[in-house]
Amino acid sequence: MNGVELPLWVTIPGSLLLVAAGLLTLIGAIGLVRLPDFFMRMHPPTMGTTLGTGCVLIASMLVSSAIEGRPIIHELLITLFIVITAPVTAMLLMRAALFREERKGEGTAARLAPGGAPAREAGDAPRFADSLDKRDE
Amino acid sequence: MNAVFDYAALFASLCFVLAMLLALLRMFLGPAAQDRVIALDTFYLNGMLTLLMLGIRSSSTVYFEMALLIALFGFASTIALAKFLLRGEVIEP
Repeated sequence: MNGVELPLWVTIPGSLLLVAAGLLTLIGAIGLVRLPDFFMRMHPPTMGTTLGTGCVLIASMLVSSAIEGRPIIHELLITLFIVITAPVTAMLLMRAALFREERKGEGTAARLAPGGAPAREAGDAPRFADSLDKRDE
Repeated sequence: MNAVFDYAALFASLCFVLAMLLALLRMFLGPAAQDRVIALDTFYLNGMLTLLMLGIRSSSTVYFEMALLIALFGFASTIALAKFLLRGEVIEP
């Protein structure tokens, strides 16, 4: 750490936060690789996105405050940005995935039905993909 | 006590790099385009965290601006890709 001796009140919580962040992010990435379906794979990376980033940024705030000798909170900017943007990204990606799977005929209903996708008739309820296609008419 | 913190920081950096590699694996494996997009999302976020760890370990403040820029551009690219997958066009008239 460039020869700067960190006090004890920084070392212990900082180390715990960093280890927790690393483990959470790694578990999230393993889940991203191992889970079988896209809608299941949406979930694990969010653990690293929110909790992992939060832990790293709090540890960073502690360390830089201890080194400079005054409170430094400009890492809050990154936290705020990540917290605002993560739900937006997740919702847009989810909509895109739903739209693409429904258009391919492999939507959730088709995957859950034992005999494959049910045949569509004229009187059926409109699909999600149809509502997206007709949205700006 | 500095050694404990150094080892914790090294462990966290290794975890983030490993998570980046796993996200890269999903990006290559991913059966559909949306899998690759969410893998890219995870990838840039872990890259940002690795950069933050570099900033903590070298006790420099330059890395935070870089991390903020990576978060900004990564968000924009993920939104653009999701919009493209949803509508077939990013910026519509």
